[in-house]
This record gives sequence, structure tokens and C-alpha cells, in this order.
Amino acid sequence: MTTSPLAELSTHVADLIARIEQALTLADLLVDEPFIVGKRSILSTLQKSLGALAPEERKDAGARLQDARRGIEEAFAVRRALLEEEARAEQLEADRLDLGDVVISQVLAPLSVGHPGIVAATQRQLEDVFVAMGFNVSDGPEVESDWYNFEALNIPPAHPARGMWDTFYVDLGEPETVVLRTHTSPTQIHLMEQAVAQDALPIHSVMPGRCYRRDTPDARHLATFHQIEGLVVDRGISFADLAGVIETFTHAYFGADISSRLRPAFFPFTEPSAEFEITCTICRGDGCRTCSQTGWIELGGCGMLDPAVFEAVGIDGDEWSGFAFGFGIDRCAQMRHQIADMRALIDNDVRFLRQFS
Amino acid sequence: MKIPLSWLRDYVDLDESIEELTSILDDLGLVVEGVEMVGEGLEDVIVARVDEIRAIDGADRVRLVIVDAGEGPLEIVCGAMNFAVGNHVPLAPVGAVLPGGFEIALRKMRGVTSNGMLCSARELRLSEDHEGLYILDDVIEPVVGRPLLEALGMTRDVVFDISIEGNRPDAWSIRGVARDLATRLGREVHSAVLATPDEGATSATYASAGIEDPDLCGRLTVSVLRDVVVRPSPAHLARRLTMAGMRPISNVVDASNLVMLELGQPTHPYDAAHVAQRTLRARRARNGETLTTLDDVERALAQPGRGLGDTGEDCVIVDGEDRVLGLAGIMGGAASEISASTTDVLLEAAYFDPMSIARSSKRHALRSEASNRFERGVDPELALVAVGRFVALLRESNPEVRWMAEPLDVAGNVPVPPTVRLRESDLQRALGVDLTSEDVHRTLEGLMFRVSGEGPWTVTAPSARLDVRSGAAGRADIIEEIARLYGYSRLPRRTPTWPEPGALSDRQRIRRRLRDTVVDLGVHESWTPTLGSDADFDLLSPGSARVRVTNPLASEESVLRSSMLVGLVRAWGKNAERGLGDVVLGEIGNVFTHPEVATMPRHTRGGAAGAVSLALPEENERLTVVLGRDNDDARTGVAMWAALATRLGINDVVVRSSDGAAFGLHPTRTAQLVERGTNRLVGYVGEVDPRLFGALTTMAPRRLGVLDVDLDVLFELTLDAELDQFVSVPGRYPVAIVDLAFVVSQAVHAIDLAEVLMAAADVVEDVTLFDVYRGASLPAGTRSLAYNVRFSSSEKTLSESDIGAAREALIEAARALDAELRS
Ligand SMILES: [Zn+2]
Repeated sequence: MTTSPLAELSTHVADLIARIEQALTLADLLVDEPFIVGKRSILSTLQKSLGALAPEERKDAGARLQDARRGIEEAFAVRRALLEEEARAEQLEADRLDLGDVVISQVLAPLSVGHPGIVAATQRQLEDVFVAMGFNVSDGPEVESDWYNFEALNIPPAHPARGMWDTFYVDLGEPETVVLRTHTSPTQIHLMEQAVAQDALPIHSVMPGRCYRRDTPDARHLATFHQIEGLVVDRGISFADLAGVIETFTHAYFGADISSRLRPAFFPFTEPSAEFEITCTICRGDGCRTCSQTGWIELGGCGMLDPAVFEAVGIDGDEWSGFAFGFGIDRCAQMRHQIADMRALIDNDVRFLRQFS
Repeated sequence: MKIPLSWLRDYVDLDESIEELTSILDDLGLVVEGVEMVGEGLEDVIVARVDEIRAIDGADRVRLVIVDAGEGPLEIVCGAMNFAVGNHVPLAPVGAVLPGGFEIALRKMRGVTSNGMLCSARELRLSEDHEGLYILDDVIEPVVGRPLLEALGMTRDVVFDISIEGNRPDAWSIRGVARDLATRLGREVHSAVLATPDEGATSATYASAGIEDPDLCGRLTVSVLRDVVVRPSPAHLARRLTMAGMRPISNVVDASNLVMLELGQPTHPYDAAHVAQRTLRARRARNGETLTTLDDVERALAQPGRGLGDTGEDCVIVDGEDRVLGLAGIMGGAASEISASTTDVLLEAAYFDPMSIARSSKRHALRSEASNRFERGVDPELALVAVGRFVALLRESNPEVRWMAEPLDVAGNVPVPPTVRLRESDLQRALGVDLTSEDVHRTLEGLMFRVSGEGPWTVTAPSARLDVRSGAAGRADIIEEIARLYGYSRLPRRTPTWPEPGALSDRQRIRRRLRDTVVDLGVHESWTPTLGSDADFDLLSPGSARVRVTNPLASEESVLRSSMLVGLVRAWGKNAERGLGDVVLGEIGNVFTHPEVATMPRHTRGGAAGAVSLALPEENERLTVVLGRDNDDARTGVAMWAALATRLGINDVVVRSSDGAAFGLHPTRTAQLVERGTNRLVGYVGEVDPRLFGALTTMAPRRLGVLDVDLDVLFELTLDAELDQFVSVPGRYPVAIVDLAFVVSQAVHAIDLAEVLMAAADVVEDVTLFDVYRGASLPAGTRSLAYNVRFSSSEKTLSESDIGAAREALIEAARALDAELRS
């Protein structure tokens, strides 16, 4: 008659638990790891010995051994977490540094040169052109309600025109009532509402900022991007003024040999609406692959403010008229610096960042 | 929309070149996104008959085919296997240039010379079919040696791919595009060839129609077509559909599609045998009803959707037993579909409420050519015109078809075309140009508007122009049409000026100063993601309330960031892996706090019509910098802050060590930046928590300095500093410098003792910490702080005793903090 290999299992388990509890530091515990839960543990030895048992007995013994193993592993993990926490606390204590005692003159900070972000720098150049043309610059929030992002802009709920913007919805309020702004146009509504409330018309403003569209990024598009829009509300403003502002801007930013043209388009918040195109900056109008041989490339959209928008914000359309325009800041940067793949802008690769001063 | 030039020419005479037409269409806002030359490169292709097929020794992928193309046997090596002796196939002889510029040359394969190429439909750009050779016997009665184009009844054609703007439902058809061109070019629009209903028994004797909900269905016409024979469409009609991007199915279905493409009216044919009581009615779907659409999906109807104000309204077509046959205007059901055995057809041509179609189509994620048109607005008066065209087209393949007299025509609510008064001054005011009354009449009448008067004008929109609104908005719509047809490029340009100067706001100006300063201090400006994962932000604070996106592109991009630290440390890690970790990365951007936990949530207008107040996340603009240069740690973070503050003129912010100060920062090597007077928190300085470092990078542990500043506060402090414009002139008398070292409790901040010293005597000009000493020689819990004190007076040279007295005053004052002069 042979004794079961597991006859002394409970003793072994008690030994192992004691061994776990005796480890006072993480290092001690880790040195012991192979003997407690690893291949060199008594449990592993027992496991091998089960092979000699009859199938029925083997199954039963295997289950018992498995239970024991689980218990040991759990105790090991608990102990390990505790010792790790202790080790971390000890390390943090040893690290302690009273930053109020830092003597600035003793700090050896290396002299290093930084670089502005290409988007921020492009935005600044664009702002500078518009400020020189008499525009203010306005900021606005990135999370907006449906009212500001869509409805006040004459895009009612479920309107097919909403398909023009792939929208990220934010999990607040009723479903689909809070969005990551898909354009900077909500800032136009804020500006007009404020101007009405404070009796502060006219408005001549540009609004740059970060926007979001639910679109898989590729070489030409990012789901997060930057836009700059312009808004003019004043007396006697016509389509001629819009075309003139676009042309002046185009010359000032892109150069004297680059000009603009408008062609009819549809945006719910403007009427008449137009796409604006500029002379291809690559071939200067001769035709190339970038411009599909047309000599023109599309830059943005624009138009006269729609009476429905005036109505939404409470501006008297008989007294005031105005226009709006908008285009991508990243896209301007891409064109000006001939960035082959837009995704480089969000990679933060120092080799990319360093090229820009 | 794909528009074949030959089809367009049915409606307007055009002799312009392709380039001219493209440019005119673009200028009309009908942007040409592509031009496809159909039939180009097929001139040399001829019909050949297969006379013999032989195997080639050692080749199992190609065979030798002997064909006759009218000039005797010709040997061709061919890889296709789908044909037999006697079949007629297209042959591109040696010298032919196929579409795409592929030139056929004499080729020798496996020792056999091939005298040309037998072609598949795709090689000829006739369809997508690439299964084998294009077997002509399936489509025509081929004649050996005939040019292929002639054999197929094809002429060369041009297909314009035109993008139709959302406000031009009328232009979403061949005739609509023709109308724009005709108006611009001053030409006629030819009328369509229409059939008229046949004499005899009226439709009402055979079928019935009804509208239960006139707000959803504005018009329902049902025509009865009898003696229908379902068979393939004639080749030229099938070609048209193919060129326009649709697949020919059968003469009935094709006629429906052709009419929709040509005139813009979707129609729906039902097999009358499968429509109970031959009755079609339009009504609201009821809760609990379902429909299995043609795409084989069972759809629950009348279920409220996610969209704002979407109550779940669906308009359905039901039969005489009130069973749902289809989702009106969007997609039919399988039960009443046209089949080969159909002999009688109920043809529905209707007008449905655009918004209702739009909501249903979005809710069911079901878009069709029909729904795309209905949701933008189909001309309510077009229905029976379209049926007339349908029957005319069907008769080409089904001459015996009868259209029963007096088609059923039930009226619901249709929009009334608006009438708008337009003054000359409106045009001048909007466009900055004076237009003649003749321009106005010619343009608007060309587009089917009714115009009376010579200025002011009274203008009534045609029924097709559902985009034209009433009142001031309608005036803008009409002005756009005038401007569009007149040509935007002909309108004047003027650069406006106004007396108000342009300027940045203080905040924007200070943001620029800040950005320039941190760049000068070594920061590489970065752009890290706004959207991150739960796992990312669990590293900072597990389980906190987060602002989430409900429809992220990926789950790891579903949470709006509460800190830029995660993104910057990860970006540093990636650079470090490339051996470029010796760098400072920084970002200026917004972080978001859930309104439920924000100290200042943003309240704004929201909901339908902006009628409710909504709490939105707090957006906090911050500057976060991660210092990863070789010697960087918390100390260089402090030094960077000191430099930044000095540069911006901020001198009232102190560095206060604080355990566990902030999320993701090292618990014992972090300090708060606090405004002294108000205790306002300006930000944090310190090091990245080693645990965060381990989770976000693959690099060996090291210290990374951090500076994180709340810009809302920083901008205010900077503005205050700018407003404090006075400067003081230093005294002319000599300065005395004294070093004082104090033994002081660890609990006392060095900056607080410095403050006490500063205030202790009038003659103290400045106090600077220059050394900190900790050691066994000092009592436990204390350290020695050594200050450099500068004494000066604006009135006199300080004497030894003046300096001694001041020194004593400082030592005395320090006792208030239990600081003892170190001996
Ligand atoms: Zn070009």
C-alpha cells in the first residue's frame, strides 16, 4: 500500500504561507518566488507525482492540489502588493524634496532652444493678417450645445445638411444634444448674442480654434483640427465686401501672385454661399497634380449671413448685414510647408518639431 | 450624380467642349468632380467569332484561339476559359489602344505568336465584369468584323460626375442640370416625351389610394399599368443606367430609376397581385409594427430615436388590409416586389414630408436614391409627369402596356411656393451691383420662377424649388439664384474699411507672451490628443467623473482629457525610444472637467430651439511642460517656473511643497504654486510620478520634471503685473550685504522666512536664499537656511551701527518662526 502523495498537503501549504509572511522586503519575496509559486515549489513536485495515481484518484488529488495552489498564489499576490506599496512608500520618502528649498542659483538647467508648434505659429500669422485688416480675435469653447453648433446656424435637428458634419456627441444631457464643436461657427453665435445683449454691434472678428469631426485620420484630414472663421456684421455690408476681404487676405497671406475666386456652394448659415479657391500655391496656376491641373485649390467656404441666423440671435436684418468665412489652419500650414502627411502634426516627433522656428 | 452628356443633350443643345462645359458647371455651383470618357479606346475593337480552341504545349493557363474577324483566321493566345467555339467576342487587333492607353502589340508566348487580344468587359471599361471574355451573343446579335461600338449601338460619350449641393433638390436630375445650363447659356429646355393615360376603364374601378396622415404624405398618386411584360430593358436604356452608375434590373425597375435620374421623381412599382385589395394608403406607423425591407432586415417602426426631438415618426405605405408594404419614400418591402411573373403594376409617385423622411432614414440608418431626394424635397407637382415619362420609357420594351385612365391622385398637405417681393435696393445691398430688370427676368424665368414687375419685382418660386423660403430668407435665396446664374466672378469686389481698429484681446496677447517665453526657455510645443482612454485617466485618478464621447472612433479615444500630462509623457517616451529624449515638451491647451464635479461648470443654451439651460464641462486652459533633458528633475521645473514668472513680471507666487499635490505627479517631490495674498492655486511644479512613468513609457526609470499652470489664473496675474506700471529708481548710496543662516524647522517654508526678513527692517532691499544645509550637526527636524540680505537706504550711506541694528532686527523677527541664528 502506498500513501497518497498529498497526505501532507496541509503541512506544505502552512509552510509556504509562513514563508510568504516571513518575507519582509519585496526583494526577499521575489528571491523566494520560484520556491513558493514557481517551478521549484513543492506544489510543482507534488503535481508531477500525481502521474503515478489511478485516473479516478488522480482527478480528485489534482483538484485538491489546484485549490491549494490557488490559495498560495493569492497569498503571494497580496503579500507582494503590500511589500510593493511599502517599497514605493520607502522610495518616495527617500526621494523627498522640499521644492521650497530649491536654491535657483544652484540649479544647473541646461541651455536649450525650443520651437513653437507649427499650428500655433500658423494661427498667429493668420491672426496678424486679419488684425491688420481691422478684425478682432475671439476664442470659444470646444464643447457646445446643439443650439450653438447647429440649430442657431439654421441646421435644425435631423436636417439632412447635418450629414455635412460627422459629429462626436458628448455624453451629457439628452442624447445628441452636446457635441464637440464641428466648426468654430458656434463662436459666431456667441459673439452675435453678446453683441445684441450689450448693444455692441458692429462685429468684425475672426475666431480661430480647435474643432472635431468623426472622421478617420488620413494624410489630408485629422479628426481634431483647427479652423479660423471670420464674421462681419455691420451696416451696408455686401457680397462685394466679402469677395474683397477674401482677396485682400489671400494676397496678404499667400503672396501677391496668389489670388482668389468664388463659386456657388451651399451652407445652411449663409445665403448666398460660396466656396473660395485660391491660385494653386504649388504650380502658381499653371496646373499640376495637387490642383488636378485646374490651377486652383479649394481653401474654404463663405457667404452672406443667412436671415435665419440673424433671426436666431435677434439681429435686425433690415439694419445690419454681414458675412462669414472659414478655412482650415492646419491645411494652410500643410500647404505653406508642404507637409506630405497631416498626421505628422500630432506625432510630436522631435525631428519634426525641430524644423519649425 | 453621374450625368452622361448624351442624356443631357436630350434636354438642352450643347456644342461646347468638355473643358468649357466643366468650367460652366463649376461656375454654376454644380461642381464637376470627375469627367469620364466612355467608349474612348474602343474605336479599333471589332467583333470576332471563335472558330477553334487549341491547347498549347506546356501551358495550362493560356490556350490558342483561332478567331475570324472578317479577314480570315487569326491566332490569338488567350487566358480566359468562359467561352466556346461559335461565341462572338471583342477583339483588339495589333495596334489598337485600349482605354487607359494600353497598346496591343504582336506578342510571342510559349512559342506561339498572338495577333491581338480578346477582351473582357472590364478591359473595355464597359462594366466591372472581369470573369472572362465579354460574350457578345448574350447582349446582341453579333456580326463578324463589325466595329464593337457600332455593334453595341454605342457612341462615344462623356460622363460628368457632379456634386449636387444640399439646397438644390431640383438640380438632382438630368433635366435640372440642363435647366441651369440652358438659363446660363440663354437656350431652351426641350420638353420630355411623355405618355398619357389610355382611354377606357378608370383606375378607380381597379385600385384605390388614400392618405391618412396628410402632414406626412402631401400627395399620393397611384397609376395602374396593365399587360406589363417584365423583360430586360433595351440596350440603349440599359447603357444609360450603367453610365449613370446604376445596375439594369428589368424594364419596370429600370424605367423607375431612369425617371428618377432624368426628372428627379422617385417612383415605386408594386406587383398588383401582391397588394391586398389593390389599395395603397399612406399613414403613420404604429408602435409595434415591423417591416422587413428589401435589404432583408426586420425593422421596428415608430420607435423614438436618439436625435433631438425625434419622436419615432415613420410614414409607411399599407395595403387594403392595413399591412405595411414599405417605409414610404425610403425602401419597399419584399412581399410586393416586381418579379418576372408580374403582369399588373401599381405605380406609386408621391410627395412625402422631407423632415419626416430625413428622420426615418437617419433612425433606420437606411439611405436610398429615393430617400436622398425626398428628404431634400421633390417637386410636389412632378408625380404624374414622371409617370408619363415612366410609361413612355416602358413602352420601348413593352409596347402593349396600358396606363388606366384617370390615375388615382390623393392630396395631402404640400408646401405653398412662397411669393417674395424683391426691390432693386435689395440686389444692390446684397451684391453691391445694379442688375437690369431684364437680367432678373431672364435668370429667374429660366429657372421657372414667376416674375412680375420691372423692379420692384414680385417673384413666386416654382413648385420644384422647395429650398426657397418666404420673407427675408426667401429674398436671400432668390438673390443667390440671380448671383449664381449671373456668375460670381462677374460680381464686383470691394475691400471694406471700418473705424474700429483690430486687436487681440489681453488674454490672446498674454498667451502669445507666454508661448514665446516658454519656447525661449526650451519648450518644444506639442499637440497631444484631446481624447484618451479610461486606462489613461485611471493612472491619474481612478474612477473619477469623466466627460465622454458617446460615439468615439475607438474606445481608447472616448474620454475628454482632464490633464495633458498623460499625452506629454507618452510623447516624451516615444521620442526617448528614438534616442531623442533630451528635450522639453510642452503644450498649451484645454482640459475638461465633468459639470457634476466642476467648480465652475459652464451654463449655456441647449435643447430644441435653445430653450433649456444646460450644464457643460468646465474648460480650463493650461500650460503643461514635461522636462526630459539629461539633468532635468523637479528642481529644473522650479527654475523654469522662476524664469517664466520673472519674465511675465509675476512676483507674488510662492512654491509650496505639498504631499500628494496633484494627479500623476510625484507625491514627495511636488509643490503647489500659490498666489501669496489670496492663496489662489496657480499650478504645480514637480516631477512625474514614477508609477505613471512606468505605465506610459518603455524607458528605464528616470526623473522627468513637470510644470503645470492654470492659465485662467496666470493671465490675470500677468495682466495685473502689466497694469502695475510704476518702476522705482535704485538708491545712489552703497549697498551692504550680509549673509544670515538660520536653523529652522522643516515645516517652515524658506519663502515664508524670507518674507519675514524682508519685512523686518526698512533698509532691507532684498533677501535671497543661497544655501540649504541638512546634517547630523543640526537638531532633528530642522535644516539650515542661508540668506543673502542686501541693505540699502535712499537717504544715506548706512553706518556700521545701522547695519548692526538692522541685522539684529532680522534675527529678532526670525524668532517669530522659531528660527535661530546658526552659530
Ligand atoms: Zn497646381
